[in-house]
Amino acid sequence: MATSTPTRDAYAPPPRGSQHKPVDARRQTWRSRLWRFDDKASPYAYIAPFFLVFGAFGLYPLLYTGWIAMHRVEMTGMDQMEWVGWENFDKILHDSEFWTAVSNTFLIGVISVVPQLLVALGLAHLLNYKLRASTFWRTVILTPYATSVASAALVFALVFRADGGLLNWALHFVGLGDTNWANGHWTSKIAIAVIVIWRWTGYNALIYLAAMQAVPSDLYEAASLDGASRWQQFRKVTIPSLRPTILFTIVISTIGSMQLFGEPLLLEGGTLGATGGNENQYETLSVYLYNYGWNLGHLGPAAAVAWAMLALLLIIAAVNWLIGRFVRKSAV
Amino acid sequence: MRITRTVAGRSRRVAVLATTGLTASALLLTGCSSDDSDSNESSDANGKITLTVADYGQFGYKEAGLFAKYHELHPNITVKEDTTADEKVYYPKLLQQLNAGSGLADVQGLEVGRIKELVDTKADQFADLSKVIDVKEFVSWKEKQATTADGKVIGAGTDIGPMSLCYNTELFKKAGLPTDRKEVAAKITGGWEDYLKLGEEYKKKAPAGTYFMDSASAMYNAVVSSNAKQYYDESGKAIYKESPSVQQGWNLAAEAADKKLTQGLAQFSDPWAAALRKGTIATVACPAWMAGQISVNAGDANKGKWDITTAPGATAANWGGSFLGVPKSGKNVDEATKLVKWLTAPEQQAAVFKAIGSFPSNTGAYELPDVKNATLPYFNDAPIGQIYADEAKSIPETILGPKDAAIKDTISTQINNMEQRGTKPDAAWEAATKSIDKVIG
Repeated sequence: MATSTPTRDAYAPPPRGSQHKPVDARRQTWRSRLWRFDDKASPYAYIAPFFLVFGAFGLYPLLYTGWIAMHRVEMTGMDQMEWVGWENFDKILHDSEFWTAVSNTFLIGVISVVPQLLVALGLAHLLNYKLRASTFWRTVILTPYATSVASAALVFALVFRADGGLLNWALHFVGLGDTNWANGHWTSKIAIAVIVIWRWTGYNALIYLAAMQAVPSDLYEAASLDGASRWQQFRKVTIPSLRPTILFTIVISTIGSMQLFGEPLLLEGGTLGATGGNENQYETLSVYLYNYGWNLGHLGPAAAVAWAMLALLLIIAAVNWLIGRFVRKSAV
Repeated sequence: MRITRTVAGRSRRVAVLATTGLTASALLLTGCSSDDSDSNESSDANGKITLTVADYGQFGYKEAGLFAKYHELHPNITVKEDTTADEKVYYPKLLQQLNAGSGLADVQGLEVGRIKELVDTKADQFADLSKVIDVKEFVSWKEKQATTADGKVIGAGTDIGPMSLCYNTELFKKAGLPTDRKEVAAKITGGWEDYLKLGEEYKKKAPAGTYFMDSASAMYNAVVSSNAKQYYDESGKAIYKESPSVQQGWNLAAEAADKKLTQGLAQFSDPWAAALRKGTIATVACPAWMAGQISVNAGDANKGKWDITTAPGATAANWGGSFLGVPKSGKNVDEATKLVKWLTAPEQQAAVFKAIGSFPSNTGAYELPDVKNATLPYFNDAPIGQIYADEAKSIPETILGPKDAAIKDTISTQINNMEQRGTKPDAAWEAATKSIDKVIG
């Protein structure tokens, strides 16, 4: 489209007071006004659908959640709302379970995001070689991403089951005793991280691969002429070129791990899943929110948790931005 | 000229695009709210009606063939059942649907641990059944639980849970304990303390890898259930911290955990079902409906290995039991109430009892041969009709509170921690009270 449309300036109306007849001039100004209006207004029309949908399904729920967070609302009587101000926030901030959930969310986030991105980087590097049936391999690493959280979590729940689980069965052969995976503080977090890693590694690998293919090949040629090994090329050429992409995947993965919900909920299922284990050992913030709202039926504090999560995400985003700025500066 | 055409063409294009975009998003916005319009369509041109029943766990209607029978009696009515396995998943969904006023089935199952909360807060959304069913037909306390202050009845009683003790005769034999139900009963007449003593006796010679009880929280529930005063007092105040029945149950559970008499499995969980299948559990505190759970989970391989005897102690207990309610928002409220009346009538309750062992709450059923002379082949032909009917007579009228079920679950979780992780009773109690305060809100 851009190629067939000449630039705007080429059609700029002639300045006033030129040789044209008055009628023509009037027509010209009318036309040019319409034109300017079109120029200014049409982009808004193009983007309007998104903002309408966002307003209805993003902004309104966000604000309404904030409104609820200031009220006492029970699931048994959602039409009765009683203003309580900041009490709900006070309540959750003084709830040790909330802080357990915060630390669980971060720990699970770290032990899932770090290995996942490292493995993705390695996989992308391998896929970047000349391979036979490369499309096949690229498709295959994306398949875990295409499965639903529910089915992935349910399958892994079977793998990690204490009693008759696939993993314990396998460990049994190397002489290791039974582990009650969902029950332990670290084992349960590892189990959940494994599900996350399994689902998202391929997705990140493809993002890295796309970025890698944009790296100019003469950089590699120059590097190999200088006698750099494959590993050195990876470290000195690939990684620096991928820096913005890596930052992007870190941001996306961090947001994803903040919202971690299906995996912990389904690891054991039932009441235990909804409270993140019997000692909340793998309860994430989303699960805490879910339990407060849908199981206990107290919607006010649940809404407050939602806003606390948003606040945490903003803090993380700020930290990311600072790091990003620092990285860019040091790169120059 | 060329300029004019381009500008006009462009603005027309803009207009078309903008309109399409806006229309599309408007359609999206409205489309989302109108997609369930035909899911409630339950009556077609021929006057055929489909009634939906939403319930949880095991109500036994399908097993007893009652829906098929109802269809035979009323050829224009088909009943469809939608069962959620876990009541803890079912109830929040029910509340959401009640709030939204849509998505409800014509008949909804209501659990006894939730009935008080529903009576207090959602009574106006259920049809009043007091004119349809005869409340005097039911055990004296049953319909009171589902009655509002102004006399509206929101649920018709299905089963009750008179308590007994289910035990695995094979394991008892291996551990050198008596297997006859009278002899077993004689050893535990003194109450739940005796039951723990029997457990220690069992443990001495128990086959490796087996446990005396499935879960201490189940025993805790059984103990609390035999008391009128549990988590709330008459005025509706939560008194679980001082409640003697809660304290007694808690202490016994702590003792069972300490002496390692329990396998520490959360009831109705997958590992629990697996343990029943493998036969590693010697006894299960057994409200009538639990017999059905055991036979289903332990499977045909264990048929005849189980038996039933009276519960420890002299006071009878009731654990659980459900109701059927009819949401007013349904399209076939009249037909649904008729179905509920029929399902909770003596003959049908007796049929359910025969099929899966859930004990009738309608006293008319106790005189029917299906109940009176009932034996359960799975449980070594135990005379369950007699065992449970005797129990049912002395069940105390319990005081219910809105959060009974949630408090019970929270305490159960902490008892589970004592059993599984060796959490010290004091720490577990502290965690429990903290969670319960959050539950009560």
